[in-house]
Amino acid sequence: MKPFDYVRAESREDALRADGRVIAGGTNLLDLMKLEVETPDRLIDVTRLDLREITRQENSLRIGALVSNADLAADETVRRDYPVLSRALLAGASAQLRNKATTGGNLMQRTRCPYFYDTTQPCNKREPGTGCQAMEGFNRILAILGTSDKCIATHPSDMAVAMRALDARVEIESPTGETRMLTLDEFYLLPGDTPEKETVLEPGELITAVHLPEPPKGKQAYRKVRDRASYAFALVSVGAVIDVQGGKIAAASLAFGGLGPRPWRNADVEEALVGETPSDAVFDKAADVLLADAKGFGANDFKIPLTRRVLKAVLSDLTGVSQ
Amino acid sequence: MKITLSVNGEERSLDVDPRTTLLDALRDHLDMTGSKKGCDHGQCGACTMLVNGRRINSCLALAVMHEGDEVTTIEGLGEPGALSPLQKAFVRHDGYQCGYCTPGQIVSAKAMIAEFSNGWPSYVSDDLEAAPDFSEAEIKERMSGNLCRCSAYPGICAAIKDAAPEEGLNEREAAE
Ligand SMILES: Cc1cc2nc3c(=O)[nH]c(=O)nc-3n(C[C@H](O)[C@H](O)[C@H](O)COP(=O)(O)OP(=O)(O)OC[C@H]3O[C@@H](n4cnc5c(N)ncnc54)[C@H](O)[C@@H]3O)c2cc1C
Ligand code: SF4
Ligand code: FES
Ligand code: FES
Repeated sequence: MKPFDYVRAESREDALRADGRVIAGGTNLLDLMKLEVETPDRLIDVTRLDLREITRQENSLRIGALVSNADLAADETVRRDYPVLSRALLAGASAQLRNKATTGGNLMQRTRCPYFYDTTQPCNKREPGTGCQAMEGFNRILAILGTSDKCIATHPSDMAVAMRALDARVEIESPTGETRMLTLDEFYLLPGDTPEKETVLEPGELITAVHLPEPPKGKQAYRKVRDRASYAFALVSVGAVIDVQGGKIAAASLAFGGLGPRPWRNADVEEALVGETPSDAVFDKAADVLLADAKGFGANDFKIPLTRRVLKAVLSDLTGVSQ
Repeated sequence: MKITLSVNGEERSLDVDPRTTLLDALRDHLDMTGSKKGCDHGQCGACTMLVNGRRINSCLALAVMHEGDEVTTIEGLGEPGALSPLQKAFVRHDGYQCGYCTPGQIVSAKAMIAEFSNGWPSYVSDDLEAAPDFSEAEIKERMSGNLCRCSAYPGICAAIKDAAPEEGLNEREAAE
């Protein structure tokens, strides 16, 4: 690990003033620093800041950026009103990691692309301009949607998938004290020509919270498929909220993990479902829309049919209509 | 950097490079080698410690970030002649072969029983709001952060099940 200065921020002002890299749970950043994939000169420890509360506000639930993944999953309001989020969190990592991992850090965690982790290999995300070794290499876990010819990495978070399905917004504070609120689609960038830039977060900005709107109507589910039953990243995951009224789908919200560089959501897929009587054919049509532009890179080709099956299984569970 | 930790109830002061993990601080600076280093990347659970009552991977924690925290390791749970119920049960049920993962397993199980008793659900709980059964499926899912290369899992599982009542299963504590 490269040496760094360590600064313990005692207040938000401290953190926003100090010029350096934020560390919260450290479960992703320290891992990458040990491998010298990340080499910050200065770490700003924000863990003593007052951002650990989950508070009910007028039209939202405000989750402080330092709320641990474990506390968020176990929160009684979240379990009752936003079960898709509780389930997604519980599907991620291990109990030990969830105790340390934070809401802000989880959103900001970096890809698990094996070449990104290996500093002896070219990787446009780690070292812009060096090439993408994954495109023709080991890409089993990598993306089929939203890729570019520079990078095919996936965003690995389970939590963010559920938050995307719930229309969460990220609260960001800038060094000048201004606050802005962004949806996750606004927050995460597609790789394009600059895969090293993953979010719109500017240097010096701090994620202070995530807001969930009023609980949506309908049933919620999180389904994750992975290479082992627990303690593994998603190959494909679906976070879903489906409301059936009078035999027809009244509302649908679907976000996907393991498919793209950000938690993937496509309004056309939901449009294909809303107003329809749930059936195998309708589910297939939604999958067609989702996968219309899907592109495999060899070892991850299997994700295309797998995504269809997982989506159909989730829709079938939530609507009570067998495939 | 000078820091103070409370380790198994005792105040310990040490001077560490900011890069030092909590695991290395205890093993290399305090000669407490009960906690093991398996992967050093959060992937195996051998380094599991309790920090302020919560289980974490001490290999992915900087010691300087834990100034003033209460740390519990396997040495703090029991010692030869005065083993804790979980430690005894691991012996009784052959919950190990080489023993390398064992300290992490036992410390982790201790916290897992407390999490369960506080009503935390897991990914395999059918109902997120109801108290689940202390079943084998629940134990396995909740212990998935501790790998055992000797695959002593049946013994580990049996030991945890056996010792759980004595370790306070279902005695709900105030959340920390
Ligand atoms: C073995 C292993 C298995 C895992 N499995 C899964 C899994 O299955 N599913 C899953 O979703 N995740 C998984 N994870 C990842 C885990 O969820 C993340 O490491 C964790 O959520 C990161 O949170 P943290 O607080 O530790 O972040 P840190 O490591 O502290 O920080 C990560 C990044 O976020 C930035 N950051 C942190 N807080 C803020 C803030 N408030 N504002 C701005 N920037 C901030 C940091 O600068 C850094 O760049 C796994 C991790 C490991 C090690
Ligand atoms: S997919 Fe992205 S992260 Fe992986 S090697 Fe290519 S550029 Fe790097
Ligand atoms: S040594 Fe810490 S998890 Fe493996
Ligand atoms: S007993 Fe050998 S690793 Fe578990």
